[in-house]
Amino acid sequence: MLTDITLGQYFPGTSFLHRMDPRMKISLLFVWIVGIFVFDMPKAYGVFTAATVLLAIISRVPLLTLAKSIKPLWMILVFTLLIHMCGTPGEALFHISVFEFTKEGFMQGFVICLRLALLIFLSSLLTFTTSPLELTDAMESLLSPLKCIGVPAHELAMMMSIALRFVPTLIEETDKIMKAQQSRGVNFESGNVIKRLSSLVPILVPLFISAFRRADELAMAMEARCYRGGEGRTRMKELKVRALDYGACACTVVLMAALVVMKVEGI
Amino acid sequence: MSIEIKNISYTYMPKTAFEHQALKNVSFTLNEGEVTAIAGHTGSGKSTIVQHLNGLLHPTDGQVLVDGTDLASKGDEAVKARQLVGLVFQYPEHQLFEETVAKDVGFGPKNLGVSEEETEKRVREALEFVDLDYDVFKDVSPFQLSGGQKRRVAIAGVLALKPKYLVLDEPTAGLDPRGREELLSRVCELHKKKKVTLIFVSHKMEDVARIADRLIVMNHGELVIDAPPRKAFLEEAAIKEAGLDIPVTVRLLTELKEKGFSVDTDAFTIDETAKRIARAIKERGRR
Ligand SMILES: Nc1ncnc2c1ncn2[C@@H]1O[C@H](COP(=O)(O)OP(=O)(O)O)[C@@H](O)[C@H]1O
Ligand SMILES: [Mg+2]
Repeated sequence: MLTDITLGQYFPGTSFLHRMDPRMKISLLFVWIVGIFVFDMPKAYGVFTAATVLLAIISRVPLLTLAKSIKPLWMILVFTLLIHMCGTPGEALFHISVFEFTKEGFMQGFVICLRLALLIFLSSLLTFTTSPLELTDAMESLLSPLKCIGVPAHELAMMMSIALRFVPTLIEETDKIMKAQQSRGVNFESGNVIKRLSSLVPILVPLFISAFRRADELAMAMEARCYRGGEGRTRMKELKVRALDYGACACTVVLMAALVVMKVEGI
Repeated sequence: MSIEIKNISYTYMPKTAFEHQALKNVSFTLNEGEVTAIAGHTGSGKSTIVQHLNGLLHPTDGQVLVDGTDLASKGDEAVKARQLVGLVFQYPEHQLFEETVAKDVGFGPKNLGVSEEETEKRVREALEFVDLDYDVFKDVSPFQLSGGQKRRVAIAGVLALKPKYLVLDEPTAGLDPRGREELLSRVCELHKKKKVTLIFVSHKMEDVARIADRLIVMNHGELVIDAPPRKAFLEEAAIKEAGLDIPVTVRLLTELKEKGFSVDTDAFTIDETAKRIARAIKERGRR
């Protein structure tokens, strides 16, 4: 039922990618994404595809699970491919009524789809190997230079981590309340729209009440432990850039440098 | 007539990284008229079993039959069978939502299509049964009540469905000793007067010993003991293994017996225990 939804898609593990500093992961992901769009030689695509597959294998995330991450964008990819196929002049492959599908179009569409797919896979790898809490920590750390222009980095990150922390709790709670009301004869599955909407009231009211109660309790507990915002706070798990992060960084630099040379030399 | 649990297994979130088998091949029968207690430490699968009894969860494997009808089957018969079983969740007060106590208690009967008059009658009866005066409480908002009162309103909400089998998941959790005592005696009365078959989940072995005819002990999703409490407490090792305690009285008497006093160990009230100890001391003096 509801609890079948897992939050984000974190896949616990101890691989190289799991152990990397989340800030480094986010920064390198950014570099890679830029790379994928800048280097448009066929060889570069080969390199990026191979690298992505390699990373996926290293991460130990089941390939099928990873492949599923493309599901929400599947239609867009197919659509992109079709538009390119019939929008590009060239040698015709086949016709459907007035539309002509060309080989050149297919090649171009394929390249664009490959780019998009690589993008999705790489970002999914980040969320598969980084817990939501690590992500918010990294966000806070990366945003902290902006504090001087008034971006409340700590507060944003704290809000995000509290929200993330409570999503599973609220899902669980919803599941429980739904079951409790089902035991009292509510039927969520049949009836017309109005009936179904009104059957939401017995769920939403208790859910809101419990959310407010929890928020209240949490605020109280935080104050009782002297929480006063981010000023001067230390953390239990300090983010640390370690040898393996520098290693990953060095690999990326070498790879990008090689690609720049290839592009300039026109290889 | 009975609820038959036949070889059920249940897995939460199958085929994901969080797959968890909460029940492993559990079988037992709950007979009409009995009071059955289900005990086990946190996470042993008690709530999971309980949710199978009225078809909120369907077993991954196996069958649940209520008066002979498989709850997982399609059709009206299964729906009817589910309605025979009333389930009170753990912390049931969290499910209250109506503006007034009477409306909240009447919510269940209304869903079942019971007439206004009959609903009012049932609400009155259910509230009186949990010791809340209908005329005083009917127009009060449930959110103004104390914790114990809220819980009683929530239980009344299930009683108003007139279930043949009443299942309570840790009904006394979080109540003070007095509230616990009152709730238990209410529930017992329900069994005696209305002939409702009771199934309740509890950690408190004292409570189990006092009111249950039968004790089912769960450990890591498996059924380890299914026996009358008196017999079950003899299997001390298995009970300890399941993370539960033997009632204090039984422990005391067992230790005395080990020290050479001739006492029977199956006393569950303080009075009875005291009497037995006195008798044993006298007997020893005579010898
Ligand atoms: N909705 C759920 N999703 C996933 N796992 C669950 C869910 N509910 C319970 N579990 C797991 O199933 C096991 C049994 O839970 P439960 O039946 O609630 O135990 P008990 O009521 O005996 O404390 C626990 O390990 C728990 O973590
Ligand atoms: Mg439970």
